[in-house]
Amino acid sequence: MSLLEVRNLRTSFFTDAGEVKAVNGISFNLERGKVLGIVGESGSGKSVTAYSIMQILAPTAKILPGSSIKLDGQELIGAGEKVMRKVRGNKISIIFQDPMTSLNPTYTIGHQLMEAIRLHTNRNKKEAYDRAVEMLRLVNVNEPLKRMNQYPFELSGGMRQRVVIAMALACEPDILIADEPTTALDVTIQAQILELMNSLQKELGMAIIMITHDLGVVAQMCDEVIVMYAGSICEQGTADEIFYNSCHEYTKGLIRSIPTTTSFGQKLKPITGTPIDLLNMPAGCPFAPRCEAAMKICLRERAESEAINEEHRAACWMNIKKGIEDGTIQWKSSEDDQETVSDEEGGAENE
Amino acid sequence: MNELEKNMEAPNTPLIEVKDLKQYFNINMGLLRSKPLKAVDGVSFYINKGETLGLVGESGCGKTTVGRTLLHLYKPTGGQILYRGNPVATKSEVAEFRKKAAMVFQDPYSSLNPRMTVSDIIAEPLDVHKLYSNKEERRQKVLELMDHVGLNSEHASRYAHEFSGGQRQRIGIARSLAISPDFIVCDEPVSALDVSIQAQVVNMFDELQDKMGLSYLFIAHDLLVVRHISHRIAVMYLGKIVEMADAADIYERPLHPYSKALISAVPIPDPKIARANQRIPLGGDIPSPLNAPSGCPFRTRCPYATEQCAAEMPEFKEASRGHFVACHNMEQAN
Repeated sequence: MSLLEVRNLRTSFFTDAGEVKAVNGISFNLERGKVLGIVGESGSGKSVTAYSIMQILAPTAKILPGSSIKLDGQELIGAGEKVMRKVRGNKISIIFQDPMTSLNPTYTIGHQLMEAIRLHTNRNKKEAYDRAVEMLRLVNVNEPLKRMNQYPFELSGGMRQRVVIAMALACEPDILIADEPTTALDVTIQAQILELMNSLQKELGMAIIMITHDLGVVAQMCDEVIVMYAGSICEQGTADEIFYNSCHEYTKGLIRSIPTTTSFGQKLKPITGTPIDLLNMPAGCPFAPRCEAAMKICLRERAESEAINEEHRAACWMNIKKGIEDGTIQWKSSEDDQETVSDEEGGAENE
Repeated sequence: MNELEKNMEAPNTPLIEVKDLKQYFNINMGLLRSKPLKAVDGVSFYINKGETLGLVGESGCGKTTVGRTLLHLYKPTGGQILYRGNPVATKSEVAEFRKKAAMVFQDPYSSLNPRMTVSDIIAEPLDVHKLYSNKEERRQKVLELMDHVGLNSEHASRYAHEFSGGQRQRIGIARSLAISPDFIVCDEPVSALDVSIQAQVVNMFDELQDKMGLSYLFIAHDLLVVRHISHRIAVMYLGKIVEMADAADIYERPLHPYSKALISAVPIPDPKIARANQRIPLGGDIPSPLNAPSGCPFRTRCPYATEQCAAEMPEFKEASRGHFVACHNMEQAN
């Protein structure tokens, strides 16, 4: 049994303009002690996935019926606020992008750390204080005793993010969700924080869900990767599979479009078009309007997520097409569809 | 004689030259006391025609201030700015300079006026510098500019909020091109954009440079983007340039301890390389520019710092051809 099992999670925002399907039927597992990366651009639904797991969504958002999130076999959807209060902070903790907004500016660091500790454990004030200092030491905050009496504005961005991490880890959660934890930080500070998360993960053996748009951070940190686009999972698998054997046109495009240290003087290969409008989702694959390899069927129908191998799944018609060509997949639809597929093959080859 | 000398010198004169540029801001400390914040403290560089100089550094190092001071958006506290060898200092010189130098801003949301149509935004520099003779010419110029940056002509009468981040940045670039500049200061122009859109805009900067022979001062904190677009790169730390060299040179053989740490900290989007990458750890945080350390600004975080570093700022010397670095202990560091 996996530590966290997410099945067919659908979260929608109900706005005046209509229903926004921010997360549209995603499923994945998180194993104990693993680092799972969720990559995607703004609006891809990666943060909403995290907030759905924690059930800290905005009032306009709803997790739709049929969704399931199981922590250690226990169903969290519909479990009620009482259960969730025990889960949040204790079993699953979250850290946010901007460390300034997740700390209260009017209380000292010590006060806020001790509050979190006393809320979740039955330590008394003295024990909570000691634990808070111990946590600050653990995340390499220098002069922890002095920091306990300081306010958030007195600390630098990197230092604040360390405090937030200390707070999140104070109750030794099984899962740490990190929502763009280093996006607001400078590169050398980012390197410090990532290093810290890596060593804490090894030391405490927790699982991490790392939400980011930076493929460099993913490559450095993650065992497994999920690539999201417009609320759906395009592709999921081990980091090596995703980077070296991408099987979805969006992932391929994303990796091609990043500049490298040797790309000077060459043109980058951008993904054309603009990001999708979640209020007007196309019928077929959400990436089809921007996809260079799009076929007729992509515009009409969504591809199911298919196993590429044991550690890799992708939802792209190109894989089905390749399978038919190789003879590994038998196309089972009517004669009519057969023809369409061969038409499309012709179209793709012409490009 | 004078005429001859000018002609002979002309090919070697850089388009932009900055000598010992200083920008201090007075910070009010209360009780009628104030203290200078040395945002830019003695920066020198040049940019040739058709060249891109990348300016990198972490937040608070003064890279944005360099760009803004260069265009006289702030009046420089000290130093010299030369355009084609001529000083830019007096009011009329600045006005002339601004007909040839433009700026693209980081945030495509706050840098476009929400109450103006796209065509008015793009035409504003034309209006300011009176670069057209009639309305029809103005319209033609706007459409031409929109075409340059890949915007449809039917977008001209729309407002900025109707566009996505990438398209808004295109509007900002079209505006900067309106005066047909030689030189553009690009202040983090792609930082606010999604990865897939970033590449489109980076390519556009490349193409415009090829087509129009533009020079860029490209300010950014994303080192992979800077490496991709720049011919040369300058690394800033706490108001000073610590190293400047050809882009390839500085990436393969960084000499200054700070550049080394900075470049090694960049997450490489390739799992095998990323796992094998030996990062050079850098402890601590950047000191506040209000309490900058004496001597070399980097000495508080530098593993090779000696007493000499605290006593005096190292000279900005040419270590190898075209590779400048300011460090006392380069031998130990390399």
